[in-house]
Amino acid sequence: MAGGSARIDRRFASLKAEGRAGLVTFVTAGDPDLETGARVMAELAMAGADVIELGVPFTDPMADGPAIQRAGLRALAAGVTMVKVLDMVRDFRRTDTDTPVVLMGYYNPIYAYGPERFAADAIAAGVDGLIVVDLPAEEEDELVRFTDPAGLALVRLVAPTTSAERLPLVVGRASGFLYYVSITGITGTAAADISKVAPSVARIRAASELPVAIGFGIRTPEQAAAFAAIGDAVVVGSAIVQEVEQAVLDGAPATAPDRVRALVSRLAGGVRGAATPAAS
Amino acid sequence: MSHTPNTFRAGPDEHGRFGLFGGRFVAETLMPLILELEQAYDAARRDPSFAAEMALFQRDYVGRPSPLYLAERLTEHLGGAKIYLKRDELNHTGAHKINNVLGQLLVAKRMGKKRIIAETGAGQHGVATATMCARLGMDCVVYMGDTDIVRQKPNVFRMRLLGAEVRGVSSGTATLKDAMNEALRDWVSNVDDTFYCIGTAAGPHPYPMMVRDFQSIIGEEARAQVLEREGRLPDLLVACIGGGSNAIGLFHPFLDDPAVRMMGVEAAGHGIDSGAHAASLAGGTPGVLHGNRTYLLQDADGQIQNAHSISAGLDYPGIGPEHSWLRDIGRVEYTAITDDEALDAFKLCARLEGILPALEPAHAVAQVIKTAPTLGRDAILVMNMCGRGDKDVFTVAEALGVDL
Repeated sequence: MAGGSARIDRRFASLKAEGRAGLVTFVTAGDPDLETGARVMAELAMAGADVIELGVPFTDPMADGPAIQRAGLRALAAGVTMVKVLDMVRDFRRTDTDTPVVLMGYYNPIYAYGPERFAADAIAAGVDGLIVVDLPAEEEDELVRFTDPAGLALVRLVAPTTSAERLPLVVGRASGFLYYVSITGITGTAAADISKVAPSVARIRAASELPVAIGFGIRTPEQAAAFAAIGDAVVVGSAIVQEVEQAVLDGAPATAPDRVRALVSRLAGGVRGAATPAAS
Repeated sequence: MSHTPNTFRAGPDEHGRFGLFGGRFVAETLMPLILELEQAYDAARRDPSFAAEMALFQRDYVGRPSPLYLAERLTEHLGGAKIYLKRDELNHTGAHKINNVLGQLLVAKRMGKKRIIAETGAGQHGVATATMCARLGMDCVVYMGDTDIVRQKPNVFRMRLLGAEVRGVSSGTATLKDAMNEALRDWVSNVDDTFYCIGTAAGPHPYPMMVRDFQSIIGEEARAQVLEREGRLPDLLVACIGGGSNAIGLFHPFLDDPAVRMMGVEAAGHGIDSGAHAASLAGGTPGVLHGNRTYLLQDADGQIQNAHSISAGLDYPGIGPEHSWLRDIGRVEYTAITDDEALDAFKLCARLEGILPALEPAHAVAQVIKTAPTLGRDAILVMNMCGRGDKDVFTVAEALGVDL
């Protein structure tokens, strides 16, 4: 069973066959600790996440809002390293070979690991793709050189500021899916105006065959349903991360997996109840 | 970057690289903005009216050229090289920072931007930005780590008097790097009307180049002044380094003069071996942060480590990418000075020359104290006095155990 880009492609093909959009869920790896974090990850898939984005903690997450910043610091305090993130994915693969896992984070931890060795170790651990927030098309060569041959997808981010002229450069060598950052801002802030997002998604579809996931600011089942009607997938991150945080604040970190399962079930319900792009 | 053997001044290349260093490691949302800035800066550079407007401000508002002052008593005390101080602490707002802010804000004005954001450590860049915003009628928001707000109260009040909003940053280590993170978050959230005025020669291309160009007036003036006074170029240039903007400003016009040695002085804090320092070159490795590849203080896993220096302006875990390149090719020597050495130099400079250096250039003074005696009496040394010490009297008093 081939992983990497192939696993992502298979998942989106089966979503298409089901006639629905997918739910992409983000949590920070090892938040609030390695053991609980692994249980949280397992719950995501069981509760209906179609793709898992696993955040690699970084001390200086410049594109993230307070919730994900704090999650990263909790994970770092719990001793999470890149090696441990890969171990977590390897463990997850023992019980789940279908759900794509995409690591999301910043370039420096990958650069410190060594891009070539990282691509090899990530695919071997069962990672399928990467989202590297601060690696734009202009700088991606030094990583794509290793991820492409390894079969690891490098998911490109498209922003509202990405012009029509620039779009081909951004999506030109993309793989897996495209991630449309629906707002100009950081994670965990207000949701986008859907009427503004629709034409942007149409523009991206015209430039690429890849599925388009819509993220940033989507928190509720209702919002997820609304965006699922125009995208191939919706991404929810901060809202889930805040469930983990609430468990910690309540002095009951062990309840984080249950809290996450409850929210993700509702989100999955929202996405599954939505009209599909094909039907609309 | 394939630098031609006869010049060290051609960088960066079209990708914003100085060899391995520099680049444009920013989120896609910001990429179009920095490309737009690059075009706007390029157009400004080619427009004589831009240079003319800047020259007028430099002369009548900033107070340039700053003097090149022969520090006779310091020279005599050390018994070696003739020591000249480039007096950029006499600029309006008390530091070199305004050279860069003036240039960037005139570019912002051309771009039609009305809202300016900045990060600040010691507060000098924040004060300079607040000052120019007041003068040009622009809105100003300055991000400053909570730790630095405590350390630099007078500058916080100054910024508010100038009409700026100072936003405290409590995330991470609550110092300069976190203020920069927060400024980037603001910028990505306000892409339509906001201009990010970065305070040092770091960040994504074109910032390191642009900031260097605006600060190069220091070296250009010093070069003309020393030639006029001495009839020859200096043997040694010395400047302190946090992000490295005052140093690159002094060094750059001299890079192609092989006889001119240069020393960049980082902050060794409690000592490089203590782990509590801000010396990215002495104690760091190449990595990617804040839009550029450069030497960083980081652990083996690529997590950024806290910097420490008694001087808030040097308290940054990175350094401008051009310095990283100049270090690797060996054109510039980089050293480090501890908190204690800087404090001793602060006191000596005050007593002998009647000049209170800011704690940042006090590091450069400390290096001069070490190096000048090793040079002959006919050697000429130029040190950049890039800021005045008024802002630091409370910090110095505390360090010396004096209760004000």
